[in-house]
Amino acid sequence: MILQDFIALSPILDLGAFSLVTMLAIAFKRHHARIAVFAFLSCLLTLATLPWAATATPRGVTMLLMVDRYALLYMGLILSTTMVIIALSYRYLTIQFREEEGVEEYYLLLLLATFGGLVLTTAAHFVSFFLGFELLGLSLCSLIGYLRTRRHPLEAAVKYLLLSITASAILLFGLALLYFESGTMTFHSVGAIVKQTQTVPALWLGGLILVLVGIALKLGLAPFHMWIPDVYQGAPTPITTYIATVSKAAVIALLLRLTTEVGVLEMPPIVHLFSLLAVVSMVTGNVLALLQQNVKRLLAYSSIAHFGYVLVALLAGGPPAAEAVTFYVIVYCAMSLGAFGVVTVYSNEGEDKDRFEDYQGLFWTRPWLAAMLALSLLSLAGIPVTAGFIGKFYAIAAGVDAGLWWLVLALIANSVVSLYYYLRLIVTLFGEVTEPAAVSQQEAVQRPEFVNWTTVCSLGFVASIILLLGVYPEPLIDLIRHSVNTLLMVAVQRP
Amino acid sequence: MALWLLILIPILAAPFAWMGEQWSRYAPRWIALGALAVDFLLALLLGGHSDRVQISGHGVWLVESHLSWIPRWGISLHLGLDGLSLVLILLTAFVGVVAIIASWTEIQSRVGLFHCNVLLALGGVIGVFLAIDLFLFFFFWELMLIPMYLLIVIWGHAQRRHASFKFFLFTQAGSLVLLVAIVALALLHQQVTGRPSFDYGDLMGLPLTTDMARWLMLAFLIGFLVKLPAVPVHTWLPDTYTEAPTGATIILAGILAKTGAYGLLRFTIPLFPEVMTEFAPIAMGLGVVGILYGALLACAQTDIKRLVAYSSISHMGFILLGAFAGTELALQGVVMQMVAHGLSTGGLFLLAGALEERYQTREMGQLGGLWGVTPRLATMALFFACASLGLPGLANFIGEFLVLFGAYATQPLMIILASLGMVMAAIYSLGMMQRTFFARQRDALTAPDLSNLAFGTVLFIAALQVWLGLYPKMVLTTTRPVMKQLVQPAVASTNPTHLPSQSLLSSHIVTSQGMTP
Repeated sequence: MILQDFIALSPILDLGAFSLVTMLAIAFKRHHARIAVFAFLSCLLTLATLPWAATATPRGVTMLLMVDRYALLYMGLILSTTMVIIALSYRYLTIQFREEEGVEEYYLLLLLATFGGLVLTTAAHFVSFFLGFELLGLSLCSLIGYLRTRRHPLEAAVKYLLLSITASAILLFGLALLYFESGTMTFHSVGAIVKQTQTVPALWLGGLILVLVGIALKLGLAPFHMWIPDVYQGAPTPITTYIATVSKAAVIALLLRLTTEVGVLEMPPIVHLFSLLAVVSMVTGNVLALLQQNVKRLLAYSSIAHFGYVLVALLAGGPPAAEAVTFYVIVYCAMSLGAFGVVTVYSNEGEDKDRFEDYQGLFWTRPWLAAMLALSLLSLAGIPVTAGFIGKFYAIAAGVDAGLWWLVLALIANSVVSLYYYLRLIVTLFGEVTEPAAVSQQEAVQRPEFVNWTTVCSLGFVASIILLLGVYPEPLIDLIRHSVNTLLMVAVQRP
Repeated sequence: MALWLLILIPILAAPFAWMGEQWSRYAPRWIALGALAVDFLLALLLGGHSDRVQISGHGVWLVESHLSWIPRWGISLHLGLDGLSLVLILLTAFVGVVAIIASWTEIQSRVGLFHCNVLLALGGVIGVFLAIDLFLFFFFWELMLIPMYLLIVIWGHAQRRHASFKFFLFTQAGSLVLLVAIVALALLHQQVTGRPSFDYGDLMGLPLTTDMARWLMLAFLIGFLVKLPAVPVHTWLPDTYTEAPTGATIILAGILAKTGAYGLLRFTIPLFPEVMTEFAPIAMGLGVVGILYGALLACAQTDIKRLVAYSSISHMGFILLGAFAGTELALQGVVMQMVAHGLSTGGLFLLAGALEERYQTREMGQLGGLWGVTPRLATMALFFACASLGLPGLANFIGEFLVLFGAYATQPLMIILASLGMVMAAIYSLGMMQRTFFARQRDALTAPDLSNLAFGTVLFIAALQVWLGLYPKMVLTTTRPVMKQLVQPAVASTNPTHLPSQSLLSSHIVTSQGMTP
């Protein structure tokens, strides 16, 4: 009995133990490469426990955590994304930091944030939800300000801290209201109260809306998106990647579970709220992205829009929605890793290369890097052969299936708008090379740390995932369907 | 598997063309030419292999290939070749060759990448003509856009950024509307049968409510009319055709426009016979407006490439007019017009590109009197101007005449108006000749004449034009079964009183052209 619980929980326990060991290892002896490899292996070993944990699922471990295939799928996504980010970070940090400044804690914080993410995927109770939420947010906060001698990262860290506190405060207030009305904190029984009485108490609804607003703040859905561009721009690029991928994937995993178990989508006010958030996010993100001259800001605004698309899929409800959302999030992680990964790899000492001018004519000087960026952008734009197309297809299919015609039309119109700025960046890649840019790029290539096999491998891996999912998505679709079914089944089966 | 070869030959040859740049400046060109030639021959072989061409129609494919792809959504790798696709694939390979020859001297930078993109685009187009799974179709439909876009944005002229953006945004907007309609169809299939399907055969017999059919047909129309292009959504065309490098313009005008027409014939009309009668007058009206509007604006152009671009809009109007006329005769005219227009604009743009390369201008006001300077170029331009204005004996005439004749029974008034377009075609075509080649000669306009290679190519296109003009049976018999199939549901749902006169007319024409009735 107890053993089964441990098996089911093994990924989380594993990563927690590894975080502790990492901390001790850093205290014992600082060595950048060794710690980086250790952090990478921690994630890899945790990933290896997933199939083992799957043998014990679905299983509610205490009332706080629900380990099912669905959670394990998101764990796999989070862990593998973290691995790619660790691989990208190593080169970035060697360039940005001198050896004696102490970079090793970066990996510890990264593992802790991932630990928080894993808790979020399994959370079935508002307490575990809050714990995971905070663990992720606080670790990220220190990661964002990790380049502590620079101005922008510190500014971004303060912004993120304020955001996190606000989100937590709103969330806590919402939780208090929900607890007041229902006297319980598990997702399921909070929803059951309403289902039994067939009436929606006003305070209950208010509490739920506050909780959703807290989540929207974390996801950066408009109109709660103000922090996104600044934090994306200011944070060290690998951490920007982390915020865009792992942090959001974990919150989406939670949101999907929350909406399914509470039965949120059967309540018209919430549906209206979500629709509004979706449309406003799509429009705001895309329109503001049109004006950007900075790659990281552009991707930041585009991420706002993308989570608008995810909401459209989410609103469809039922199995197709869960399937589409999961697929889209996985695909989005791959594309973001690709796009931000290129920015990470391209950045050099002292500054991130994120202005449009830096990318002028990149295709002619560093074709592989430019091709990778172009591939990711095309995928974000949803052009076939890339995973982004299948993702967008999924979102549209879910929307059409549920008859959400207006939202689907908004999605289409926004995709067309979004094409404009993706194309603008792609055109820049193919532009004429300016003389100084060419020289600096030449110099950069000659510097030894510039080309690094870890970056080549990680970007190559991401590119192959983008292409593979674009051409042959069936295996992943099968996997998602299996996993998502358990989420829905559990939601139905529980008394 | 042979069908996959048709698509894969250009796509697999593309990286080699790129790498070929390292060996020699001409290696990419020869690799591209070789790949297209092999493709052309393969298509001929597949088409000529048996006489089943005669009986093939919808659901009965000459050659078919079916593999499972994404069973979750009922998506399969389903390719099928029938008479219509055969003709268009042959046209694609041929026009591709013309485009490569037109770029022979114009493209001097990044030759490898240019030909790589040309091959990828053509591979996508061939996929479009072969795919009979709607998802796969859409996949190829989008696939051909990216290389086309790169061709414009890297090798285009001064305003290339603007033009390429416009091109991409317009076509993409149309495509996404199309995608939603395709998804909706597949999901409707799921509602009826319990499993989604994107297969053409499955979706053909899908019972639709009139309301649903109306919306879906509208979405399909939007998707394809943008590509064609028809009048309200044509504004990307003049900019794009003018700013693209000659080779890309030839591909755009010669082939990509035909994918829109193909979409109308293959999908829009057969999938929604219920609302065909409602949409036919509107679509035909748009066609007529396109014919007149394109011709009118062509008359006013001073830029030679823009003139040809607007004339293309006019010619595409005939395609739209014929496609919705609902008679077999008009549909045959549409196919003929597609082939003829591909050949004639290919020739015209090649010549316009040659002029631009020699004199660094497209303004006809700055040219003039070139008849004596570049006689080869001038004579060929005259020939293609005549083809474009629909001189009897050349292929364009057959196409336009069949469309007008076939559609007269349904919409006499529109046809009378459309005929005016042919008159205006004479005005702008001859005006172009007058201003460029016959007017007073300017000093310092000496330049080498067409190279042997280019001259040989245009001569060959001219010969094809004459051959198809005098003996259109080749094209017409190949596509006849398909057109016959197309017309049946449409006729069944249109006013049956038109039936006798139509069959009378078509049998008349068919015998007069030496076909078995």
